[in-house]
This record gives sequence, structure tokens and C-alpha cells, in this order.
Amino acid sequence: MIKSKERKDRDTTFSKPLFRSPFYDFFAAQETEGHWYNWNGYKSPTILSDEELEYFSIRSTCSVFDITPLNKYRIIGPQAEDFLNKLTVRDVAKQNVATVKYTLWCDQEGFVIDDGTLFRISDNDFRLCSQEKHLPWLIDTSCGFDVEIIDETKHFCGISLQGPTSASILRLLGVNGIDNLKPFHLFQTKISNMPIMISRTGFTGDLGYEIFMKNNAANEIIEKVWAAGTNHGLTAIGYNALNMARIEAGFIVANIDFISSDHAIRANRCRRPEDLGLGWLVDLNKGFFNGKKAIVNSKLANGTAFKIYALEIDGKEPVEGSIIYYNKKDEVGTVTSAIWSPVAKKSIALAQLELGPSKSILENLWVEIYALKELQYYKLMKKVTIVKPPFINLARRFACPPVNY
Amino acid sequence: MEKNFDVIVIGSGHNGLVNACYLQKAGLNVLVLEKNDWIGGAAVSRELHPGILYSNCSYVCSLFRPEIMRDLELPKHGLQIVAIEGGTVFTRDGDYLASYRNYHAKKRELERFSVKDSESYSRYSRDILKQCRFIQPLLMRTAPDPASFKFRDLSEMLYLLRKVNDLTASELADTVRFWTMSISDFLDEYFENDVIKASLAVSGIIGTALGPMSPGTAYVLLHHYMGEVDGSIGAWGYARGGMGAISKALTSSFRAMGGTLLNNSEVDKVDIRGARVRGVILKNGDEYLAKNIVSNADVKRTFLKLTDPEHLPPNFIKKVNNFKIRGSSGKVNIALDSMPKFPSVSENNPCLKGDIHFTDSIERMERAYDDWKMGTWSRDPFLDMMIPTLTDPTMAPPGKHFMSCFVQYCPPKVGGQNWTKENKDAFGETVIQQIADYSPGFREKILHMEVRTPKELEDEVGLTEGNIFQGELTFDQLLFNRPIPGYAQYRSPIKGLYMCGSSTHPGGGVMGAPGRNAAVEILNDLNLPNSDIRDAYEVL
Repeated sequence: MIKSKERKDRDTTFSKPLFRSPFYDFFAAQETEGHWYNWNGYKSPTILSDEELEYFSIRSTCSVFDITPLNKYRIIGPQAEDFLNKLTVRDVAKQNVATVKYTLWCDQEGFVIDDGTLFRISDNDFRLCSQEKHLPWLIDTSCGFDVEIIDETKHFCGISLQGPTSASILRLLGVNGIDNLKPFHLFQTKISNMPIMISRTGFTGDLGYEIFMKNNAANEIIEKVWAAGTNHGLTAIGYNALNMARIEAGFIVANIDFISSDHAIRANRCRRPEDLGLGWLVDLNKGFFNGKKAIVNSKLANGTAFKIYALEIDGKEPVEGSIIYYNKKDEVGTVTSAIWSPVAKKSIALAQLELGPSKSILENLWVEIYALKELQYYKLMKKVTIVKPPFINLARRFACPPVNY
Repeated sequence: MEKNFDVIVIGSGHNGLVNACYLQKAGLNVLVLEKNDWIGGAAVSRELHPGILYSNCSYVCSLFRPEIMRDLELPKHGLQIVAIEGGTVFTRDGDYLASYRNYHAKKRELERFSVKDSESYSRYSRDILKQCRFIQPLLMRTAPDPASFKFRDLSEMLYLLRKVNDLTASELADTVRFWTMSISDFLDEYFENDVIKASLAVSGIIGTALGPMSPGTAYVLLHHYMGEVDGSIGAWGYARGGMGAISKALTSSFRAMGGTLLNNSEVDKVDIRGARVRGVILKNGDEYLAKNIVSNADVKRTFLKLTDPEHLPPNFIKKVNNFKIRGSSGKVNIALDSMPKFPSVSENNPCLKGDIHFTDSIERMERAYDDWKMGTWSRDPFLDMMIPTLTDPTMAPPGKHFMSCFVQYCPPKVGGQNWTKENKDAFGETVIQQIADYSPGFREKILHMEVRTPKELEDEVGLTEGNIFQGELTFDQLLFNRPIPGYAQYRSPIKGLYMCGSSTHPGGGVMGAPGRNAAVEILNDLNLPNSDIRDAYEVL
């Protein structure tokens, strides 16, 4: 007879399939509408109370968003830099300690697997954050390197404070050095004696900070942050508000604006860095990295046919998922993300389009919109203009020291 | 009783019935002859214990094509396929690895065994889906004859070549590897944990006289993955009322269209005069006449038993003789007084509603296969066990249960000798002991038990050697090589004699595609329109 093992929490995988972040209770207490979604296996809020007011907290006061579900890989060891140089497309040797770089990594065919942020904590200590899970790829790539890869996703949690008053809130919390912290830089400090890592980064195109800590510090820190934000309009937000801000900032998301080569079932859905407008990240002067040969070859062949573009659209109807036409009749692509931008006062979108080399096409692009008005669709053709992202440029994002409110 | 028909279908297996339905629907007068007093071949449900309905042979449904269900109005005739929750492998250390429909529950369960493997699972699913997209559209098309210069063969070859041409260089390499490699090697490319690998390898060996380390088993996995339940690719479901419900609905549809089905009518010989068929002669001496005979029996039974060899070319007979149709599995069907206890899982765990396995390593599967090679049933067999009555209320009274145990490996002969009653009992006992190891008190719950070795499958259902796929699904026996090169388009060397069973493309499983594809060919030969036969839905 087989003796059954101590059951412990085994059976919770089906009864509670989604993880709860250490901040779950805090955000659940803010929530009035009951809109939750599944972000990377975590039960995460889409809207807490009012999507638009949450959005305006990012642009006018300060928002707090739970970034715990982001995948967080710790990469430590004498060859951490060498390993990351093989994994990612940027030259990690050029990344200084205490800085954060936006980066991406490709498969051996030069197709983008994912993008993410690389935190250089010390010479031999990095943290890589990404939307998708990559442990098998990281481990496979680490073969032959003296490096340790630790999946910290479940052990470290994080919040993102984004908005004009975010620096003031951190000052109130006694975080020294906020004034000198430049964009894409980080430092280690403490809030109420709890060690945290704070970086001037975010996904909103605004002034903002990301704070990472061990799970056991979560309760104490969120309480302190929340209290410090009382007079600075601190608002807890869900994903929808953040999504509006990131589209305004022109940031793309894997498996929304492009299909990760890890997920693509159809080979022609895979994209090269230049297709995503991220060719500038690729450093061909460094040694071998995953996908280098294919990227070099694709430069000659002009990448794949589809590229991501930022669009401004005439009118105010929502265009998410709409088809883009050349000359109102030939399909050239699809809108992947779109909103009415409350700051730019424009209908804006990210789209993947197959435009070819001819410049004249750019002058004759249209989006087909099915506008639903009281159960009747109105088919509209609206003029599309290709612009250079971001859709909004906020001086406070890069101001150093940040404005005190 | 009328003796003259346009078409006679030998055997009322699901493919025979699908074929008969389509032909009857096209306006032909069709007779189906079934040797048993029940219908359905291996898609059958019989009440062997009062009040408890069995799925005596096949036991789950995924592959049965939705296009066929719709064409033949099977829902109107009572067919319901319901999705299944869960599945589990019990491990020898008292744990279990469950599988749930909820993607994140499934991933979390994998994480308990290996975080890396849990993440690799998405890449694995992607690659399987890629292969499905390539092969699935071929299921509902007659395979082209590569040696023929007929327009449609050329155009079908072109279709195949285009599909190949659409693959990137690495995809083509992957596809060729996938079609030829072992399931064990394939899984090694993604996973490190043995329990996870064992749970996924299952589909690579079911119904196949090969071990998980034998080349060719990766394709068998794909074959099991190509089905769907309402668009959910790879999902499995139950036919409400047991697998016999499929045959029942098909029969009802067939009869509603005016078709004739006779039970207890075992065909002895196909009557062949002057190189074409004239009709059939039954074991009881009755004769029925038709210019078209369709055999739902496997290729060996059709051409080595039902047809006199004098009518067949010698090289054809040789190929039929050598067609691989080795029996490798048995079935133990059990009526239970109450739900068995599995202390490793909590009582409300839905994983018990799906397939339950006790083989927690590839190595054990391979050793089980070794026993088969030595000519006996596995001492530590692989079980694919299900309790459909946890989902389907129509098969047993509340609280009572039907348990279906597919058992591998089990040879058609034991040490070269016919099965004896002692051997059959010992085989059944091996299975019960394995379940009882994980479920205390299991034996006391057994009300009735049906043990089926390949011998019973052959004697009762008519499957040669008891092979559930009417011939193995290895690459040498697929597409235009299934069952015999040159005869992969449902026709035979004899004019008017067709095949429609799982021996033909695209092969076994309760899919219905062979029966449907054969109907298309027969209607073509008769110059009748086949516009009532829907093309395959687009995949993904």
C-alpha cells in the first residue's frame, strides 16, 4: 500500500489557482468594483474604483500600483555580466552599477522573446524584470557561465509610485537621496528600518519610482507609504489606468503589441528588434549574443514585413483592434493598443503595419472603426497619421531634482 | 426482407456508421450488417451490471470531428459531448501530480514538481500546437497517391508541398524530427522532472505496441492531441451515456434517413464475381446484394478473412499480412458500489474526474513494455483509468460508479499461446492490485468486473490482435501508406470493395474521419454529389 504524503497546501492549487501578492489585502480593501484579472498567475486588479480617476492620479498626483507579479530574476556571479551579454542585445559592460536599462532578448533566430528592465545592483549582481516567464531560457543560456540564476518572483514584491507628487511622498518617508536620484538609477535604502531597493523607473512616462522589497516588509511599507500620501493625492490603481499611461508613453507590451517568439504558433508572427522600433537597443559591436547572426542578416534583408508604429487618429471613437487600410481598401495591419489620450487630447494607437518601402503610403492610411451606438454599428473610415512616440513628453519625468509639491 | 442494396457496410463501428450515414444521406440505399446483437464496434456502451452502463472499449472522446456531428445532426439524435475536468498521476511516494483545465492551477501543480518545467510547459504547448496546425487539416482529406498523375493527386500533393514549403527551415526540421522521434526524447527537450514527463508521455504510447523510448511515439502523442472539445484543442470529453451514445446517435440518424441496420448478421465472405463485388454472404447463409461493399473491419480481417485471396494481387496480400496491427492493450471495466478512496488527494479535488494514472516515470513505462516484448502482460502495467460517472449522471445510480481501466501492455498471445482463463484472471488481478495499492478498501467496492484482453477485443469487436487503432500509427503506416501504398484512398484491388475503418487514413481513435473520407471517394466513383459533406473547419 502506498502511504499518502502529508497533504499541507497541495490541494489549494485547484481551489485557489491564482497567487495573492503580499499587497493583496491592501489593494482588496481599496477595491469597490470587483474587477480582477489574472496577471502572470496573480490575482490583480484591473479597476479598483474608477478607471479615469485612477489614471488622473498618475498624471496629476500620485498612484500606487502593485508590480509584484512581474517576473524577477536575480543573476549573481563572477560571470553575471558575460552571461547577460549573451542573453540580451545591449552591451551590459557599458551599464554602470546602480543603474537600470531597458533591454530585450531574442531567440537564436533573432526574434524577440521579451523586453524588460535590467537592474545592476553591483558589479556581479543583477535583477532582470520581465512580463513573461523565462527561467528555462535563462538556465539554457547560462550553460558554461559561472553564474547563479534565482527566480525571486515569489520572494520579492514591489510597488510602483508614479505621478508628479511621488518624489514628495518619498521625501516625507525620509528617503534621503531622492533629489539626487536620476532617471534610470537606483539605490538601496530603508523605510522604517526595512531594506528596500528604489529606482527612478516606471511604465507611465511620468515622474515615478519603483520600490522592491522582501515579502515580509510589504505590510509595513505599504502602510507607511499610504500614510505619507494622505496629503499628496496618493491613489491605489489597477491595470487599466496604468495601461492608459503606458500607451501615452508609447511603451509596448509583449503578447499585446507583438507576439513573443516563445508564444508564436505561426512563424510569421515573430518580430525582430527593429520591427518593434527597438533596433537602437541592439549593440552589434559586442561579441556573440543570442540571435546576433540572424539580426545582422536581417538588417540586410530589412527585418520582417511588419513593424510597430505609433498612430494618431482623426475623431474620438475608440479604435482598439481595428484594421488599418491603405487607400481605404488594402489591409496593411491591425491596431494592438489604443486609447483616447486625456493628456494629449487625441485618439492614439500602437499598431503593427506592413507598409513596404514606399513613402507615399504614409499619406493615405485609414482606420476602419465600427462605432457602437445604442446597439447599432456605424462604420467609419478615419484618417491615420504616423507619429514618433511617445505621444506625450512631460518635462517632470526627467527633471532632477524633481519638483517638490 | 429486401435483399438488394446500393451499398452494404460491413460492421457498425463508428466509422462504418458515419460512412453509412453519409451515403444514405446522398440518396443511396444502404445496409449496415453487424455481427453482434449490440451496435457500435468499439464505441459501445452495454449494461453489464444492473443499472450500470459501461464504456466497454473506447472511453473518452476528443477526436470525433465536430463537422461530422453537425453534418449528421447527431446532437438532434441525442449526442452530447461534455468536457472533463482534471486528471492525475499518483506517485509512489504518496504525492500526486494533478492536471486541471484552469491553466494557472495546472502550472502551479507543475511548479510543485519543477518551476523550470512549469515554465517550459508553454513552449511545449506551443510546439505541439504548431505540429497540430500542420497535420490536422490533413485528417479530413484523402491522402494523395504520390505515384499517380491524376489531377487530384497532383493537386493534393501540391497542397502538401505548399504546406511543407510554408514551414521555416527550423520548423521543417522540427516536424521531421517530431514525426520520427520517441516521445521520451521529445519530452527531454523541454522537461527535467520524471513525473511530469511520465504524465505527458501517456498519449505517446496509448494503443501502440511501442514503448515511450521507441522512435515514432512522438507522433502518436500528436494523434491524441489533435482532437478538441468545442474548440479547445487537445481537450478530452465524455460522450454523455458512454461511448455507445455516439453509435446510438449515428444509428438513429442513419435510420431516420431510411437506412437499414441488421444485428446478429456476421458476414462470412464478400461475394466477388469477375473481379467486382456482387454482395455478401452471411455466416447463417443469408445473402445480400450490392454493387458497393464498404468494410469497416480492419485491413487484415477484410482481406485475409472476408475476401478470398484468389481475387487479390500477391504483393497486396503480402503487404496486408505484414501490416503492423499488434495488440498491446487490454481493458478492465469495473462497476463500483461507491466512490473509491484515494487518500493522497482531498475528497473535493476535481482531478479524480479526469484520467488517473499510477505510472510516475518513463522508465516504468518502458519496463512495462519490456514485459510485452517478452510475450506477457506487464507486471507493473500502465493504467489510464477514468470514472466517468463523476461527470455523467446517466451511467449509474447516484453514488454508484463505473470505472474504466485501459491497461497497457497486454499481448494478443501469452508466451505464444492462446489466453487461458487463469491468465485472464491473473491479468485482471494485476490491474486491481495496482489500484488497491493507492486506494485502500478498493476490492470491497467491486460489484462486477469485465476483463478484456486483446483476445476478447478480437473475438467480440473484431479488431485483429485487439489493436485499438486497427493498425499502428507509425509513420510507415500513415498518410498515403495507410494501410497499403497504392491503396490509401479507401479503394481496394477489387472493384466496388472499399475500406472505411481506422486501418485507413487518418487512423484510429473515435474520429469518424476515415468513414467520412471514404464516403467522399465512393460518391466520387458513383458520380454523385458530395456537397452535403462539409469541409474541415479551419484549425486555430
